[in-house]
Amino acid sequence: MESTLTLNHFLLVSGVLFAIGLAGVLLRRNLIIIFMCLELMLSAANLTLVAFSRFHVVEGQPDYNGQVLLFFIITVAAAEVAVGLAIIVALFRSRGTTDVGKVNSMKF
Amino acid sequence: MTDANTTAWALLLLPLVTAGLIVVATRRWSGLSALLATGSAGITLVLAALLAAGGESVVETKTFPWIDLGTHLQVGIGFEIDGLSRGMMLIVTIVGFLVHLFSLGYMKDDRGKSRYFAGLSLFMFSMTGIVLANNFVMMFVFWELVGVSSYILIGHWYDKPSAGDAAKKAFLVNRIGDFGFMVGILLVWVLTGSIYFKEIAAALGGIVPAGILHAAVLCIFCGAVGKSAQVPLHVWLPDAMEGPTPVSALIHAATMVAAGVFMLARVGFLIEASELAAHVITWVGAITALLAALMAVAQSDIKRILAYSTLSQLGFMVMAQGLGPEGSGAGMFHLYTHAFFKALLFLGSGAVIYACHHEQDIWKMGGLRKKTRITFITFAIGTAALIAFPFTSGFWSKEAILDAALHEQAYGPFWIAVVVAFLTPFYMMRLLVVAFFGKARTDHASHAREVAPVMWIPLVVLSVLALLSAYPFIAGPMMAQSPGRHGDFAHLFGHWGLTATVSMVGLIVGNVAAVALYRGRDSEPLKLPLLKNKFYIDEFYQGIVRIAQDSTAKGLDFVDRYLVDPLFARFPAFGAMGAGSLLRLFQVGNVQAYAMAFGLGALLLLAFLLF
Repeated sequence: MESTLTLNHFLLVSGVLFAIGLAGVLLRRNLIIIFMCLELMLSAANLTLVAFSRFHVVEGQPDYNGQVLLFFIITVAAAEVAVGLAIIVALFRSRGTTDVGKVNSMKF
Repeated sequence: MTDANTTAWALLLLPLVTAGLIVVATRRWSGLSALLATGSAGITLVLAALLAAGGESVVETKTFPWIDLGTHLQVGIGFEIDGLSRGMMLIVTIVGFLVHLFSLGYMKDDRGKSRYFAGLSLFMFSMTGIVLANNFVMMFVFWELVGVSSYILIGHWYDKPSAGDAAKKAFLVNRIGDFGFMVGILLVWVLTGSIYFKEIAAALGGIVPAGILHAAVLCIFCGAVGKSAQVPLHVWLPDAMEGPTPVSALIHAATMVAAGVFMLARVGFLIEASELAAHVITWVGAITALLAALMAVAQSDIKRILAYSTLSQLGFMVMAQGLGPEGSGAGMFHLYTHAFFKALLFLGSGAVIYACHHEQDIWKMGGLRKKTRITFITFAIGTAALIAFPFTSGFWSKEAILDAALHEQAYGPFWIAVVVAFLTPFYMMRLLVVAFFGKARTDHASHAREVAPVMWIPLVVLSVLALLSAYPFIAGPMMAQSPGRHGDFAHLFGHWGLTATVSMVGLIVGNVAAVALYRGRDSEPLKLPLLKNKFYIDEFYQGIVRIAQDSTAKGLDFVDRYLVDPLFARFPAFGAMGAGSLLRLFQVGNVQAYAMAFGLGALLLLAFLLF
C-alpha cells in the first residue's frame, strides 16, 4: 500500500507535539519538566517550519532557505537552554526546590 | 568726546559693563573687582564733568528706538541733557566716586567684596539712567533698577536676618509707591498721548481735564513718596541702614533717595499745572520734615539719627518742589548741597563705626574727639552744614527753600520748616556731644584709632565741598537752578528779613538746648517713648498687614483645604489606588496560571483571526 506523506501529516504531528508541550507546561510542577515541555513546543514549531519549506517548491526544488534557518534556530535554542538550565540550577541552589508552586515571592 | 551724545552713552554704559565684568570675570579676585569699579567711577566722574562743561545748553540727542507699538506708543532710550541732568549727574558721580574710594577701606576684608562693588556699579548705571532719561518709561525702568540695586546692597550681609528683612521691606514699600508712579505715567499718557517730557509739556497747554490731571500728578508723586521716603512710606529708609555704611551714604542719603526729588523737578511743568497736587506735595514734604526730625531726637543708633535727618531734609526738598519754579530750583539746590554734607556725615559715621569696632550706639561711644581727630573735624563740618550754620553750603540752600515758601505764601509749611530748623541743630548737637565729647563709655570707644587715609581722604574732600559747594565757582552747573542764591552775600544782607531771623534763632536755641541738656551725660536724659518708637507707625503697619493678610490667608486656606485638596489631590489619588487594588487581584504568583492566561489569550486571538 502506497501511502504518501503530505503536508497535513506533518502539521498534524506538529500540532500534537505542541499540545503535549503546552499541557506539560500548564500542568507539571517540576521546573525541569516544564522546561523540557517548552522545548517540545519549540520543536513543534520548528517541525512546521521545516515541513512548509519542504513543500514549498520553487523551480522544482524545495525551498532550502527554511531548512537553513532551522539550524540557526536550533543553535540559538541550544544557547537558550544553557541559560535556562543555569537559571534553574541557581534557583535550586537558593531555594532547594524546583517546584513552581513554591517559587512565588514576586506575588503581591 | 566733545559730543554730548557720545559722552552720555559712555556715562550710561560704562558702569553696566563694569558690573557685568565683575560678575562674569573678576568675581574671584575681589581686589581687582574693587579697583575696576573704583576706576570706572572715576572715569564717569570725568565724563560727567565733561558733560557739565556744556553748562545750561539743551542738547538734542538721538533716541534709540526700543519698543514700537505703532503710532500710539513708541518707547525709546534717549537722553535729555540740560542744566538739571548735568548738575545731578555731577552730584551722583562725585559722591559715587568718593564712596567707592571710601569703600576700598571700609570693605577691605569683606567676604562679598566683589558682589558689593558689582552692586555699586549697577547702582551707578541705574542712577545715570534716571538722571538722563528723556521719557517716563525709560525713567521708570531705571527707577526699578535703582530699587533692585538698593535691595542688593541693603541685603549685602544677607546672613544677618535684620539685613535681609530690611532689604525686603525697602523693596516692598517702594513697590507701593512705584505702582502709583506707573498709574500716573499711564494717566499722563492717556491725557497727552506721549511719554516724552518735552512732548508732554507741549501738549499740556491744551485741553487737559483738570480732575484727571490732579490724579495723574498725585500718582506720579506716589513714586517720589516711595523712593524719597516721604510720610507715610518713610518706614523703609531707617531700616535700610542695615546695609554697609558707604551704601547708606551713597544710596540712602545722597543720590537714590534724592531721585524722587529729581523726578519731581523734572516734571515740574506738570506740578505747576496742578495746583492741588502742588499743595499736597508741599504739605507732605513739610510733615515728613517735622515727623522725621522729631523721631531723630530720640534715636541712639548713630546711623539711624542720620537716616531720620535724611528723611527730614528730603522732606524739605519735596516741600520745595510744590512751591513753583523758584521753589523747585531751591529744592534741587538743597539736594545738591545735601548730597555732599550728608554723604560726608554718613561716611564720617562709617569711620566712627569702623574705629569703634562696629559699635553704632552713640551712648557707647564718647570722647572720640581726641582719638579720631580728622573724623571729628570733618564730621563737625558736615554737622555745621546740616544745621545750616551761616555761610556753609546747607545754610544757603535752606534759606532758599524758606524764602521760596514765604514767597509763595505757604505759611503753614514755612512755620513747620522753622520748627525743623530748631530741631535739626538740636539732634545733631546731641549726636556730636554724646559721641565725640565727654569720656569714653566703653572699651571699644577708648581703643578707637584714626582710620586709614583711603577712608579719611574722601571725608576731607567732602568736607571741603560741604563748606564751599554753594559758592558759584563750585556750583557752576547748578547755577541756573536757583538763581542769585549762591553765596550771594549782597542778596542775603540786602534782604535780611523774617527767614534769616527765625532760622538764626532756631539754630542758636537748638544748639544751646542740646549742649545744655546732653553735656556730661552718660545716658539718655529725655524719655520720649512716642518719638523713640517712631510714632508707632511701624507697629500700625504691622497691624494692618496682620489683619488684612491673615484674613486673606484664612480664606485661601479654606479654599485649599476644602476645595482644591479633595478635587485635585485626593480624588485622583483615590482613583489610582482603587485601580491598583483591582489589578492586584490578577497577580496570583503562579507562573502556570500566567501561562494559562497567556495560552487562552493566544487562543482567543487565533479564534478572532480565523472566524
